[in-house]
Amino acid sequence: MIVKDLIESHAFKLMAGTDIDREIKNVYSCDLLSWVMAKGKFDTAWITVQTHSNILAVASLLDFACIIIPEGIEIDKDTIEKANAESVVILSTQLETFEIFKILYKEGVQ
Amino acid sequence: MGSIIKNEENVAMRLNYTVDNDDFTRAGEASSKIKQMLKQLAIDANIVRRVAIATYEAEINLVIHSNGGTIEVFIKQDCIELYVEDNGPGIKDVSLAMTKGFSTATAVAREMGFGAGMGLPNMEKVSDTFEIESEVGVGTRIKMVVFYNTK
Repeated sequence: MIVKDLIESHAFKLMAGTDIDREIKNVYSCDLLSWVMAKGKFDTAWITVQTHSNILAVASLLDFACIIIPEGIEIDKDTIEKANAESVVILSTQLETFEIFKILYKEGVQ
Repeated sequence: MGSIIKNEENVAMRLNYTVDNDDFTRAGEASSKIKQMLKQLAIDANIVRRVAIATYEAEINLVIHSNGGTIEVFIKQDCIELYVEDNGPGIKDVSLAMTKGFSTATAVAREMGFGAGMGLPNMEKVSDTFEIESEVGVGTRIKMVVFYNTK
């Protein structure tokens, strides 16, 4: 599935970045950054409750498709500004992690 | 200390970055710049990724644990060599520090998602050769080599 599909079909909000035509091939959820560094794959949609700007380095170093912040958690303003500058896509949703997984699975990320 | 020696022969390009301690806002900048440079040099994506992971973890360790230090990158014909050096405080028990899950990071760092005790193990995992030496009160030195034709 494409990042844009989450925005258009599932009401995810685009908080930062513009590259929403990227394909999502993997999904991963974890809040320990080194753990994500070890396990993250290319083109991943990464779900995390961390909202400080260090998540951007992880996402960009690993070429993730996007970061998804679940449960309507507020995102630091600094993070959004920096994400725009570094072209990292951040999406926000009211959904819980499991619900996000279900959407991605149904849309073909398997 | 003194067993890690920089191999200055046949360095096609060298990059050098200073990393300050406790500067979380800039953590990741050096590794991002290194990645950008390697991409520009059209180095294989998998190699770039391994170097990105190694330098990121090194950078975070410098921010969280050291009194400040440097990351040096030697780009060579057959490999990339990474040298990480700090000015202390040094690691008391290196083999314990190399254990997955062991961390001395502060509560603040842990709340931010650091301090999983995976930094050094990740660095070892992504590099073809990994050397570390440390002395309390002096500092820590790490050398990592990523060859273009392995892993």
